Amino acid sequence: MTEEIIIAGFGGQGVLSMGQILCYSGVMQGNEVSWMPSYGPEMRGGTANCTAIISDKPISSPVLNAFDTAIVLNQPSMDKFEESVKPGGLLIYERNGMTRKPRRTDINVWAIGAYDESLKMNNVKVFNMIVLGGFLKIKPIIEIENVIKGLKKVLPERYHKLIPLNEEAIQRGMSIITQEHKA
Amino acid sequence: MKELRLMKGNEALAEAAIRAGADAYFGYPITPQSEVIEYLMAENPVERTGMVVLQAESEVAAINMVYGAAGCGKKAMTSSSSPGISLKMEGISYLAGAELPCLIVNVVRGGPGLGTIQPSQSDYFQAVKGGGHGDYKLIVLAPATVQESVDFVKLGFDLAFKYRNPVMILSDGIIGQMMEKVELFEQVPRATEQPEWATVGKKPGRDHVVVTSLQLQSEEQEKVNLRLQAKYRVIEKNEVRYETYDCDDAEYLFAAFGSAARITRKAMEMARAKGIKVGLIRPQTLFPFPVEAFNKMADQVKGILTVEMNAGQMVEDVRLAVNGKTKVEHFGRFGGMIPNPDEILNALEQKIIGG
Repeated sequence: MTEEIIIAGFGGQGVLSMGQILCYSGVMQGNEVSWMPSYGPEMRGGTANCTAIISDKPISSPVLNAFDTAIVLNQPSMDKFEESVKPGGLLIYERNGMTRKPRRTDINVWAIGAYDESLKMNNVKVFNMIVLGGFLKIKPIIEIENVIKGLKKVLPERYHKLIPLNEEAIQRGMSIITQEHKA
Repeated sequence: MKELRLMKGNEALAEAAIRAGADAYFGYPITPQSEVIEYLMAENPVERTGMVVLQAESEVAAINMVYGAAGCGKKAMTSSSSPGISLKMEGISYLAGAELPCLIVNVVRGGPGLGTIQPSQSDYFQAVKGGGHGDYKLIVLAPATVQESVDFVKLGFDLAFKYRNPVMILSDGIIGQMMEKVELFEQVPRATEQPEWATVGKKPGRDHVVVTSLQLQSEEQEKVNLRLQAKYRVIEKNEVRYETYDCDDAEYLFAAFGSAARITRKAMEMARAKGIKVGLIRPQTLFPFPVEAFNKMADQVKGILTVEMNAGQMVEDVRLAVNGKTKVEHFGRFGGMIPNPDEILNALEQKIIGG
């Protein structure tokens, strides 16, 4: 198993930390992982992306131009990364704020309303965990139990009380993601 | 059991410095290596091991603090990125001239000038061929993983003290910023005894110890140079390190170091899937350079492509190593652009196989 993922969106949406949690979860179940951020002059409201690779083999390049999965959380990210999904690959997009749907017909497209769901949970900070849940529904490469272990590693001890909330966000993401197009 | 963590290259390198028993870090922030000093400041190692961490007023100050600490026999280090390393060059030449051990980390970004903050390998010449003035050599280590960023800190300090020579770790924006699984070595205690050449105050019955890079008599300065050159020949004989991948049946060869070698390995997977028999030599030490390894492979392969994030620097050393026995070409992206595996494979097909 090798899963090569690009996660992209606005700065502040939790794009980088979502990739980190995914990678730490991979470490928890004994996978090889690599996480590479875009570290340009990004700031809140700007664009941010990271490449996360999870594999059962040693990982060669941490930087890629074609991905198994693209998770795009705003329109500029869809515009930039839709073309980089491998044929037959997966594109997940956030419904909120998108002005056009993906054009590719040779990839699997799923949509998620994670922002609206986070409002229902009265906590926009769990937005990225809802998206993560959606991804894990379609590609169950990591067991939830290992995601929780990963969260415990990423979050400082004083925030461990928030782990049940994050777990709920993952579960909600799994239930609300819907398929838009089948390759 | 050793600890397994997910860490950024820069942070892992900083943690390794504490664990390697370093006495002092002096630095000044610059992207993409600021996590080194950030991590050390947050970790406050003076409480863990007694290691001093100090943000100097400039890069020049930091390298001269390293000179002072190293002159007292202490394990001292500094880190910066390309423009900051240029500022340190005078101090680095002095350290080499005075034969002081130290560790200098360059997390390379695109140049020339202030350039860009994105990854690059365009400081190869500066690291390997000089950069500062005078006939000197640094031992240059090029990590390709976060794990090597850790391991090379320990190795770097060991080599620096073994040869009384500055060691440079030539990392880059990719290796520094990426996160990978890393196994940390156990804490090495800080040394309590100073080497006999350390200038720590003359005691009765002991001769004066002098640490200097200045000899006003040319005869004396030539002796210094002869001693340095003899030392570099020993380093060339003993300290060459490299890895080879799929070289046994290779008809073609890639040469790449650091993060470019990682991307090249992806291109190799693609090439092998197409039936192209290509191998890779990845130098881990850039000085001393793995001359013999390339020379040997030159008899076996039909051509060598170096892949570098620069306009063609290591390619010169590969050409010298193979001495005309086989064709050597270069493929690179620069100014902070990162080559993708497709481009690399395409370059192999165009420049080596079809060329």
